[in-house]
Amino acid sequence: MTLSRLAFFRAGGSALPGYRLSLTLTLAWTGFFIILPLSTLLVYPWQGGTGSMLSALHDSRMLAALWTSFSCAAIAAACNIPCGLLLAWALARGNLPGHRLADALIDLPLALPTAVSGITLATLYGPHGWLGSLLAVFGVSVSYNKAGIVLALMFVGLPFVVRAVEPVLRNLPQELEEAAHLLGARPWQIFVRIIAAPVLPALITGFGLAFARGIGEYGSVIFIAGNQPFKSEIAPLLIVVRLQEFDYPGATAIALVLLCVSLLSLALIGGVRRRFAVWSEPA
Amino acid sequence: MTRYVVWAASWLFILVVLVTPPALVLTEALKDGVGASLATLSDPDAQAAIWLTLRVSVVAVVLNTLFGILAAWVLVKFRFPGRQFLQILVELPLSISPVVSGLVWLLLFGAQGWFGPLLERWNIHIAFAVPGIILATLFVTLPYVVRTVMPVMEVQGRDAEEAAVLAGAGFWQVLWHVTLPGVRGALLSGVLLTTARALGEFGAVSVVSGHIPGETETMPLHIENLYNGYQSVAAFTMAALLALMAMSAVLLRSAPEWLARLQEKKA
Amino acid sequence: MSIEVCNLVRLVPGARQPLLDNVSLKVPDGAFVALVGPSGAGKTTLLRAIAGLDNCSSGSILLDDSPMTSVKDRAGRMGFVFQNYALFPHMTVARNIAFGLDVQPRAERPARAQIAQRVEELLELMQLQGMGGKHPAKLSGGQRQRVALARALATGPRVLLLDEPFGALDPIVRRSIRTWLRELHDTLGLTTILVTHDQEEALEVADRIVVMQSGRIVQDASPMDLDEQPATEFVMEFLGEAVSFPGEVRHGRMIPDDALVLPFAVPEGVTDGPAVAMIRPYEMNIQKPASEQDVLSIYAAPRGTRNGYRHYTLQLGERVVPFYRPVDEADVQVQGVALDISRSRLFRQGLLCA
Repeated sequence: MTLSRLAFFRAGGSALPGYRLSLTLTLAWTGFFIILPLSTLLVYPWQGGTGSMLSALHDSRMLAALWTSFSCAAIAAACNIPCGLLLAWALARGNLPGHRLADALIDLPLALPTAVSGITLATLYGPHGWLGSLLAVFGVSVSYNKAGIVLALMFVGLPFVVRAVEPVLRNLPQELEEAAHLLGARPWQIFVRIIAAPVLPALITGFGLAFARGIGEYGSVIFIAGNQPFKSEIAPLLIVVRLQEFDYPGATAIALVLLCVSLLSLALIGGVRRRFAVWSEPA
Repeated sequence: MTRYVVWAASWLFILVVLVTPPALVLTEALKDGVGASLATLSDPDAQAAIWLTLRVSVVAVVLNTLFGILAAWVLVKFRFPGRQFLQILVELPLSISPVVSGLVWLLLFGAQGWFGPLLERWNIHIAFAVPGIILATLFVTLPYVVRTVMPVMEVQGRDAEEAAVLAGAGFWQVLWHVTLPGVRGALLSGVLLTTARALGEFGAVSVVSGHIPGETETMPLHIENLYNGYQSVAAFTMAALLALMAMSAVLLRSAPEWLARLQEKKA
Repeated sequence: MSIEVCNLVRLVPGARQPLLDNVSLKVPDGAFVALVGPSGAGKTTLLRAIAGLDNCSSGSILLDDSPMTSVKDRAGRMGFVFQNYALFPHMTVARNIAFGLDVQPRAERPARAQIAQRVEELLELMQLQGMGGKHPAKLSGGQRQRVALARALATGPRVLLLDEPFGALDPIVRRSIRTWLRELHDTLGLTTILVTHDQEEALEVADRIVVMQSGRIVQDASPMDLDEQPATEFVMEFLGEAVSFPGEVRHGRMIPDDALVLPFAVPEGVTDGPAVAMIRPYEMNIQKPASEQDVLSIYAAPRGTRNGYRHYTLQLGERVVPFYRPVDEADVQVQGVALDISRSRLFRQGLLCA
């Protein structure tokens, strides 16, 4: 009995061949490329003793950089919610003219290499750039300060929000709106009561993904940010600075915080999704 | 009425926010004429950067495609303890900052890293050299093939494979004749995404490369170098080339769809 | 080729109810066996276990008295037709059929021309001439079904396993392919196991019927035995419409609780005590009044004609009971004094009283 149960696990619960070979190779590959590198993050900071780790975590420049990263990522993700909702609605339900082209363009920030986005956004929104000079007329300056960081993060985060919301909007049966309409609901009531509720979890997902991407973003931000310590220096950049100073424990401490926060936000998204999963079940 | 407002607002947003950046790349690159911008590409450092990027990308794409197929196969077709954990592990690099993805390799193989001093003694250089760049690129591109192939495999179920096994097919035969043809589209999509990411990776590579022009500078790093040196035309020409390569990889993903539509129109 | 299943148990991690609960089954060479039962009974699980597609927790499967441990032992010796056919969508019909031959090791593989010839033979056998170059997506459901059969038969297996093979077909195609399948079984001398949830299909095509319920075999018998001596109330109901009359056996006679139903003699050996009589609607009779004075208390209301039977309903107190008479019966008794159910089977605690 025990033997045959062992056999069940050995065969992966399936009669298909190649289980042991593919599992072994997968484990070896993930072991070397995921587990080994990430274990350094967990172990390295403590190698110099707890004291050095705690002092590394008390570095005020680091705290400022983390605060810049988190706040800018949160603001950018929040700003992306209305913009993303608008675009997702136009694509999924609004019969947008040229929707195929628009659909391809939405993914552009993901396709553009970050270094390219970085120098482009810096030039575009710089004091002499096309949009920067336009904004300067209104007395707004976005380059070399936090506004620039938010702008760059909005650019890279937008597809996450649109792509999270769009399928939900698309899959909402037309009959729901029609049923609500026949029951006497007004357009705004239909939106608030029928459409907004199922879209909410998707919006939270989109927000979380954009936020998680935003706190780690490097290439598209550093050119426009100005990178002044305590003001417009993002956490990933500070890691690079610390490395250049050969302060590996300091760099690792920041990396560990970044990793934990992004994993935490992704775990929260997972929780939200499970919490609202009942809504997406087909009736 | 509301509809027109939504249309106008959407397109205005798309044009201002999404279309201006690539347009700017092109205008900046061609500011001094086509000849001038092409001339910047013949610079030896630029050429070295292009070749390095291509080499690194080919290695990363080939290895991660092979791994991705096997990982997707084992994660979808079998049930074993720890399967979900393994899946989370495989997708982890997507949620890690590029800079951190580079840093971990320094912690392993850098001068102050775990294995750095040992390798130094054997005269093997990984950090601040091409192997480090390859490792960092492999790390950041690891999840793409698995992620795109898995859902399609999941939908296909196991019937066709079981039928093949009952007919006497072995592992490679099942994989080659039955499973892979069924996930062709997703596999292509995953490979192209891997390519795009490998070509354009900046943060992770920047940390491990050491920025030696002509030796360990990939295209994105060379762009940074040129831009910071106020060589705007050269920087944007390289940027245009890189963007073209990465974006065509992303756009090519829908190529099978277009072909199918074309054939339908003909038929 | 004979198949023997011994004490097969399949547990699911986490579930208390096993998928297969100590199942044993002997299928002699050349038999056509149908596995029937409600969904979730374990029919498909048993079939997949016989094919070696799922690993079982304990028990063994013998093919011609030699044990099968892995799916490899069976490759090419058992043909399996999946519920949704599982045709390879990217291969032509001919390549699909030839697959089992194409994947053989080079030393054993027949020559190209031989494979092509075998495919042609199978296409002809399946009445699919000229379809070899098409892709499965271009075929109708019935054609796909036959391609799946041809693929399963290409390596010349002696055993054919069919998982709900007619499920996705429309009723007319279903009927014709059913008879055709039986002929195929006889011509090729196969041993066939068929899973279906449709008892009529099973009764029509199989020599033996295995009824399953919650992972166990409830009865394994010929269609006739099954009809005459269903092992349990469940089998009785599963095989067709049945009406049940609770009552009590006293001194060798079954006395139904319902006063309008006549008592009848029970077989010898049935002890006294409560029992349930179950009967098919076409086996009941209405008792004629013996004299003019008798009160007519039962009326059969006509409900149309189906499958050679006139359908009626009877009002028995609170209950409405179906009642069928053959169409060719000249003088149907539609009213009377009582109901005669002497052809009932008697059950006690769900099991047949022997």
